Amino acid sequence: MITRIIVAFGAVVGIVIAALIGASVPGLRPLIGVALPYVAFAIFLVGFILKVVNWAKSPVPFRIPTTGGQEFSLPWIKWSKIDNPSTTGGVIMRMFFEVCCFRSLFRNMRTDLRSGWLIHHPTKWLWLLALGFHYSFLIIAIRHLRLFVQPVPGFVETLDAVDGMFQIGIPPIYLTDIFILLCVTGLLIRRLCLPKMRFMSLVADYFPLFLILGIVISGLLMRFVYRVDITAVKALATGIASFHPVMPEGIGAIFFVHIALVSTLLAYFPFSKLMHMGGVFMSPTRNLANTNRMAYHENPWRKPPKFHSYEEYEDMYRDYMKEAGLPLERE
Amino acid sequence: MYDSGKVIIGLLIFAGIFLFPFIYDHGSPAPKPKPSLDTPAIKALPEKKCVEDTQFMITTHMQFLNDWRDQALRDGNRWYVNKEGKKIWISLQNTCMKCHSNKKDFCDKCHNYAAVQPYCWDCHYDPNGSKL
Repeated sequence: MITRIIVAFGAVVGIVIAALIGASVPGLRPLIGVALPYVAFAIFLVGFILKVVNWAKSPVPFRIPTTGGQEFSLPWIKWSKIDNPSTTGGVIMRMFFEVCCFRSLFRNMRTDLRSGWLIHHPTKWLWLLALGFHYSFLIIAIRHLRLFVQPVPGFVETLDAVDGMFQIGIPPIYLTDIFILLCVTGLLIRRLCLPKMRFMSLVADYFPLFLILGIVISGLLMRFVYRVDITAVKALATGIASFHPVMPEGIGAIFFVHIALVSTLLAYFPFSKLMHMGGVFMSPTRNLANTNRMAYHENPWRKPPKFHSYEEYEDMYRDYMKEAGLPLERE
Repeated sequence: MYDSGKVIIGLLIFAGIFLFPFIYDHGSPAPKPKPSLDTPAIKALPEKKCVEDTQFMITTHMQFLNDWRDQALRDGNRWYVNKEGKKIWISLQNTCMKCHSNKKDFCDKCHNYAAVQPYCWDCHYDPNGSKL
């Protein structure tokens, strides 16, 4: 089990070392700074779409929604409209709470022995850390738009100002930077310290966590410790986004570490568990209304059965039956 | 493909969100701005040199100025000794902006480009006199 942790951690350290070596060779800089992001982004976009199309090709012959509450039945039995929806509106509500609030993580339960009693009790840590992590990541990704587009749209500037509203230090510390660092560390500790989690965690579980932690740490180091010329970084980023790539001078090695890790995340995305980003929308346990009993669902690949009537049977064997003297309905 | 209408709409939204920078920039890059050093005070300098070396000033001036503020206003120490051992009077308005008197063509150039809103000007005035 420890090997899985070492392999995942070693892979991230390997990427960091490769990026540092690459950054020290002038000829390799455009390769890491420009070519790698292009390739990684293309893999991400095409891979993501192909994966979703592939999922959409799989038939779902029967409705399998997770029943998180009482299904619609008799008027005097209280129906759980969102956790067991039987209408499109209910499904939309369910998907909204699933995607935006992580409702199924909120329902997480633990079972413990407490003074001789077996207790089932709600536990919210996973939900809290996951929610904090995902929203921080979203805000950080939107904030990064300031480096990719010119002129910078107003909502990006507003988000930037709100995120750095406490004006602690120069450059200001962003709240989301603190949250993402805490949440990813918490999620990692959860996997490392809970024996059951450690038992079932694979390299594919540790690797994205170490990778994202690496991205966060390299970004923070770039902002606060090993500072780089941010105008040069923006020239590079807008160069990429406008298909006029340039490789400006004066960008420190830490930037190449950051971009190599982000590119790895993008390229790895379609082949990993991170595809839950698209998968949550494709999940038949969430996106289907529970109409199993109230509507007729035909098996999509059902062919009409071939009948063989007695008339046809008689037509087939008439001569032989006549010969044997069997009674016939028609002569 | 089942439910192809819904899936294609979803994928178009996905692609639209992730391709936003490419669409928004529509092929015109934003080259690095060149902050102007064309002021009378800089022209009169025998050697064009800031308080520390240029690369350090480009990347780290904000942390540097923050330290200056803390030294001057919280510790009351108005003297800074640079790497060459030269003593410099700590003051944004009287030291920095004596040379860089062109806020619009110097400070704002990069700050606007990188969408940075420094709060220097919440307290300080531009030497040209207008509250900014």
